[in-house]
Amino acid sequence: MSNKPRTIIEKIWDQHLVAENPGAPALIFIDLHLVHEVTSPQAFSGLRERGLKVRRPDLTFGTVDHSSPTHSFSLPIVDKVAETQINQFEKNCTEFGIPHFGYKHEKQGIVHVIGPEHGLTQPGMTVVCGDSHTATHGAFGALAFGIGTSQVEHVLATQCLLQQKSQTYEVRVDGKLKPGVSAKEIILALIAKIGIGGGTGCVFEFTGSAIRSLSMEERMTVCNMAIEAGARAGLIAPDETTFEFLKGRTYAPKGADWDAAVERWKQLPTDPGAVYDKTVTIDADALEPMITFGTNPGMGMPISGHIPDPASYSDPLERDSLTKALQYMNLEAGKPLTGQPVNVVFVGSCTNSRMSDLRAAASVLKGRKVAPGVRMMVVPGSQIIKRQAEAEGLDKVFKEAGADWREAGCSMCIAMNGDQLSPGEYSVSTSNRNFEGRQGKGGRTFLASPLTAAASAVMGKVTDVRSLS
Amino acid sequence: MAKFTTLEGKFVSMGIDNIDTDQIIPARFLKTISKAGLGDQLFYDWRYEADGSPKADFILNQEASKSKAVLLAGDNFGCGSSREHAPWALTQYGFRAVISTSFADIFKGNSLKNGLLPIVVPKEIQDWLFANPNSEVKIDLANQTLTIADGRTVTFPVDPFMKHCLLEGVDELGYILQQAPAIEAYEAKRVGSLNTLA
Repeated sequence: MSNKPRTIIEKIWDQHLVAENPGAPALIFIDLHLVHEVTSPQAFSGLRERGLKVRRPDLTFGTVDHSSPTHSFSLPIVDKVAETQINQFEKNCTEFGIPHFGYKHEKQGIVHVIGPEHGLTQPGMTVVCGDSHTATHGAFGALAFGIGTSQVEHVLATQCLLQQKSQTYEVRVDGKLKPGVSAKEIILALIAKIGIGGGTGCVFEFTGSAIRSLSMEERMTVCNMAIEAGARAGLIAPDETTFEFLKGRTYAPKGADWDAAVERWKQLPTDPGAVYDKTVTIDADALEPMITFGTNPGMGMPISGHIPDPASYSDPLERDSLTKALQYMNLEAGKPLTGQPVNVVFVGSCTNSRMSDLRAAASVLKGRKVAPGVRMMVVPGSQIIKRQAEAEGLDKVFKEAGADWREAGCSMCIAMNGDQLSPGEYSVSTSNRNFEGRQGKGGRTFLASPLTAAASAVMGKVTDVRSLS
Repeated sequence: MAKFTTLEGKFVSMGIDNIDTDQIIPARFLKTISKAGLGDQLFYDWRYEADGSPKADFILNQEASKSKAVLLAGDNFGCGSSREHAPWALTQYGFRAVISTSFADIFKGNSLKNGLLPIVVPKEIQDWLFANPNSEVKIDLANQTLTIADGRTVTFPVDPFMKHCLLEGVDELGYILQQAPAIEAYEAKRVGSLNTLA
């Protein structure tokens, strides 16, 4: 290997090269494969058809999250198709020897929440999952990306993937976030700036003073939505914040192994003088609370902004796309979004369902009520988070405010499990996608932070949290 | 996987940028544990009324679309979720190729593994095709060319390995399994102590 300065992305890539044969993409080794019920059944069927085993169950972990109901465990699963999928997943994991948290397991949760929670996700790893928000794990300095079901089968069978090397894209965020402005704003501002295809073919490295001062939970929020800018992965070099979070977690190295691991991890950050293929900067000092107005995560703006006018776009396809989005959202160009009545508020998802997110939402709701006619759902990212929030009394804050406190899962982020909007309803949601119908057929989504979501729940309309006294 | 060599014919136009995989196949259809039936659910919420009857003005419901194997779409087709159900649904409907100015990474990879060819063309070619929706296109994978009805031929990029897989109708897993000695050698020198079974 040459002494050319390398980015963390290139270092992890180089460390995982298994084979580089002429005429084929590189074969890279996968350190951690996370599986869930939705994108794995056809992969397990493929293994059975070929008579293959799971090569490394010791590097594989499963949980149920997408299809599972978040209503009380005392109720039966109403959706028999979902129940079949959940049962099939548990059967597949058991048959192939994969450790997993099934439905109602005391540690079950969203796949991207439980990986870090148990120390499965570690710096320098390659992490994959049949889910595009796998980039979340990049917060630990891991190269983590979503894959399709064919690739789930490849990794189950071989622990390897054929991959093309991505371009490197530095997202530099310097400055200090103001009150009311969170990690969610950083990523929504980036996507609004470069567009939802702006990172296609790239892996982001988030750098800069604003990133360094984020907690691990906040870093996960930033990396989580890398895919919404088209990048398959986004990562943050590990530092003391990372090590402190990981130390003592179930699957983190212990004793002498821990010391050796930390020494290895300290070698990961990008070398001085390493060159990125692309770079963009975000000024953290200038960020305001962000919110989306349209039908993709790139259609976002500062909450004090006005909805853009399709007539101002020169490209006809772009103009048509915005026109179509505003028609779907039933919103008028040129108007502000603040004051727009909302029907539902959702706090949850792999983007914003961790303790700091729940605390942020509770800080707004404490002593206040959810506005009449508004339905608010709070869905913790895992059963462990649920119990911790209850130990802190957050569940009481939510319930006293009139919000619904649920079991853990993906819930209304993807609306597969019965938690969904009705046609025409507006939601402020802390999740990651505002695509047409994403939260239920005909539903209309405004993506925002937990603070903005809670403020909007209290006022019954899109609200700048800074306007609450 | 079905072989892909050449394809000639008319195309279905969907002149919208950023068509995401939630539109291609809405999430509620992902509760299946098989691949069957997804073609009927392709673009479900754009394609059907609330009562399940087909929307007459949606292009996939028009009789002429049903025999077409090429989809022409706006920029950044297939963005969003990693669901492979998207190319499964497109191929079950009958599509074998999608033409756009760009594709989302995961969708592109998933498509190539299912015999669905993503063809990236310059904007002026895309514009011409949208302006001539009843024209025919000719696709030649071996030469990586797309010929449009005004006589212009453009080349498109395809990963050489995936091109080989498509031309021969073989899938990647067979190749990766053959790399077992390299994988074993890598595992033997690998550093790392994660053991999810512990």
